[in-house]
Amino acid sequence: MSDLDPFRQETRAWLEENCPESMRTPVRSFLEMYSGGRNPEIDHPDQKVWCDRMAERGWTVPQWPKEYGGGGLDRDEVKVLREEMARINARSPLDSFGISMLGPALLKFGNEEQKLEHLPKICRGEIRWCQGYSEPNAGSDLASLATRAEDKGDHYLINGQKVWTSYADKADWIFCLVRTDNSGSKHEGISFVLFDMDQPGVTVRPIRLISGSSPFCETFFDNARAEKKDLVGAEGNGWTIAKYLLTHEREMISGFGAAPKKSVGQLAMESMGADASGRLANSILRQNIAQYQLDTFAFAATMARVGDEAKAGQGLGAASSIFKYYGTELNKRRNELNLAALGEPALGWEGDAYRGGAVSRDWLRSKGNSIEGGTSEVQLNIIAKRVLGLPDE
Amino acid sequence: MALVLNEEQVMLRDSAAGFLAEKATVAQLRELRDSGSERGFDESVWREMAEMGWAGIAIPEAFGGLGYGYTGLGLVLEQAGRNLSVSPLQSSVLVAATVIAELGGDGQKEQLLPAIAAGEKLVTLALQEGPHHAPAQVATTAEAAGDDWVLSGCKVLVLDAHVADSFIVIARSGGRAGEESGLSAFLVDAGTPGVSLERRSLVDARNAGVLSLESVRVPAASLLGPAGDAWSGLNRALDIANIGLASELLGLSAEAFERTVGYLKERKQFGRVIGSFQGLQHRAAELFAELELARSIVLQALQAIDDGQEDLSLMASAAKAKLCEVAQRATNEGIQMHGGIGMTDEHEIGFFIKRARVAQHTFGDYNYHLDRFAQLSGF
Ligand SMILES: Cc1cc2nc3c(=O)[nH]c(=O)nc-3n(C[C@H](O)[C@H](O)[C@H](O)COP(=O)(O)OP(=O)(O)OC[C@H]3O[C@@H](n4cnc5c(N)ncnc54)[C@H](O)[C@@H]3O)c2cc1C
Repeated sequence: MSDLDPFRQETRAWLEENCPESMRTPVRSFLEMYSGGRNPEIDHPDQKVWCDRMAERGWTVPQWPKEYGGGGLDRDEVKVLREEMARINARSPLDSFGISMLGPALLKFGNEEQKLEHLPKICRGEIRWCQGYSEPNAGSDLASLATRAEDKGDHYLINGQKVWTSYADKADWIFCLVRTDNSGSKHEGISFVLFDMDQPGVTVRPIRLISGSSPFCETFFDNARAEKKDLVGAEGNGWTIAKYLLTHEREMISGFGAAPKKSVGQLAMESMGADASGRLANSILRQNIAQYQLDTFAFAATMARVGDEAKAGQGLGAASSIFKYYGTELNKRRNELNLAALGEPALGWEGDAYRGGAVSRDWLRSKGNSIEGGTSEVQLNIIAKRVLGLPDE
Repeated sequence: MALVLNEEQVMLRDSAAGFLAEKATVAQLRELRDSGSERGFDESVWREMAEMGWAGIAIPEAFGGLGYGYTGLGLVLEQAGRNLSVSPLQSSVLVAATVIAELGGDGQKEQLLPAIAAGEKLVTLALQEGPHHAPAQVATTAEAAGDDWVLSGCKVLVLDAHVADSFIVIARSGGRAGEESGLSAFLVDAGTPGVSLERRSLVDARNAGVLSLESVRVPAASLLGPAGDAWSGLNRALDIANIGLASELLGLSAEAFERTVGYLKERKQFGRVIGSFQGLQHRAAELFAELELARSIVLQALQAIDDGQEDLSLMASAAKAKLCEVAQRATNEGIQMHGGIGMTDEHEIGFFIKRARVAQHTFGDYNYHLDRFAQLSGF
């Protein structure tokens, strides 16, 4: 451990000097996260300053190799960096689908040219990506997707429709699943292509969510163009890449199951008070919160255990298959309990008194956690079949 | 400490798994039950376990143990849970030796721990009095009489009571029922005048009994730790005991689950194996997830003992509460998914729900520990 001390000192000093004061406050909602792109959504001017400084060091994605714009840090160094950032409450400088989803897939399946072309732009927050998987008739049954890609020599012509495309209206490029062949089984003939959204053949229409915002869209392709050099992996091999990327998406989403800084139990005590024995006044709510906090505690231990097992060279155990399912269900429980614990103030929708309805909007948004990235039911199907070995019909 | 087992621990777990699956199985438990075994466990198997050092796994080397720590003991208990192995591992090794290690003076430890570690002496804790685990409610009295103490009261759910050589009796030398201060621990030999024992038959077909103390006179030297001040040591010993029981429940639940999944792959109805029905698949998958959480929380708690972590009570109540919940679910689903055969005494799955229920209750059930977990979490 002590070999890391010089690195820690250096990191601490650098962060002290370079992290703007305004970026040392917790992110209270999705809106305050920074995702970069050609026309970045800026909530505070320091977001870009902070992102640029971190990108310079490769620390927006510290675990990626240096030649692709990352920091080239090993696991332990990444941990130190995160700890030192947490120490001063530094925000994450950049959060994007490029980092959490496309990057890992390109590192594994992309060719050298593709990695050199796309990864550094992700690290610097220059290009923002969106995910073109789901279609009106291909949700849980993703492999039945129908968006067509026609071979035109040096490029493909793409026609069809995607739906629920998060941030398609803000994104610059899309990683997209298209059908290049109809002759075999539905899993065959799918290809994984990248293309620029800024072209006449692409139309995007935002869809409003129950939480009031419009993060996702319908996306239409009418003779959109994708260059052949932007086909990842072999033609018809897209399903393998799509699934690999999904494991990273699910890993990211399961992080929502982490315990909040201030526990729901504490929130409830502040809002409702204690009985004569010092316990939360409503014993039914207390029990529900206790069950939730116990599961959160055990979930955190499981994330830690799986991480430690991987570090000890035991590979990613079967336990990792539960993360997406369990983490998102926990987050939904937490949000339900938040509302119960806080009472009337949690019901606000607009206005400063209600912080713009942050609590109720987060609660509504959390309902999507167990749908996006593969529904809870689909996750349970996967555990039953792949892990437990239970048969199909 | 990383949440993984080291090489030594993996070897210990594997050898425990092999030995117990051969020598201390569910079939043996059935045989002990049906034959009305007088001692209630197989002494030759217990001797072998002691020879392998298991009775002293967590006891420091200075006192004749292996000094492997509680993580090691937990691994053996987990395997005992898988096989429903009957032995004094819980009563004497997990609980009594720990109470002695926490409360006893060096002389007492030298006198008692090597004998427990060798499997020669069987000591057990006599704590509970009412229908529920409520350690601060102890009302058994301890009155000073010259250099001696006189104990009176009645204890239930004393594990291995009728075969124990000595008891650790928790009694009140001061304060009132409900108070944490004023509790003392005494070592009482089975043959002491005024001690009477009644073996009780519990649902898990294991040894437990009632200990009555009628003006039992014991010398001052039998006091473990300072008079009236047993609470914090007892509390820590009970935390450790609950983590050990959680380890046993982990093995028990995992085994019940694996047997059930095996049955889902084999039993056919409507022309297909029942494991192909999604209604059952999802319940099995959810249980799998719960078991993974259970495994993590138990390992974390075991390591917390060995690391001397300060928040041990929180860890212990979290582990015990979670394992009570998971064991109950795993054993209930086990019976339901077996259908009619699961209700028969002939089938082994029923033995799991019976043992689980007693282990759940011992030293506090789900309700007790979830309440304690919430309190320790500040609400
Ligand atoms: C907030 C949010 C953001 C999203 N972002 C994106 C994005 O950026 N890009 C993208 O491509 N997609 C995105 N999605 C789409 C998401 O991946 C799909 O909604 C999801 O895969 C489910 O598909 P569906 O909506 O068609 O529902 P359906 O598949 O129609 O499911 C309806 C219900 O049936 C159940 N069901 C379906 N099949 C089975 C089965 N075999 N067994 C049991 N139950 C079953 C489901 O679990 C669900 O409860 C997003 C979704 C949400 C909610």
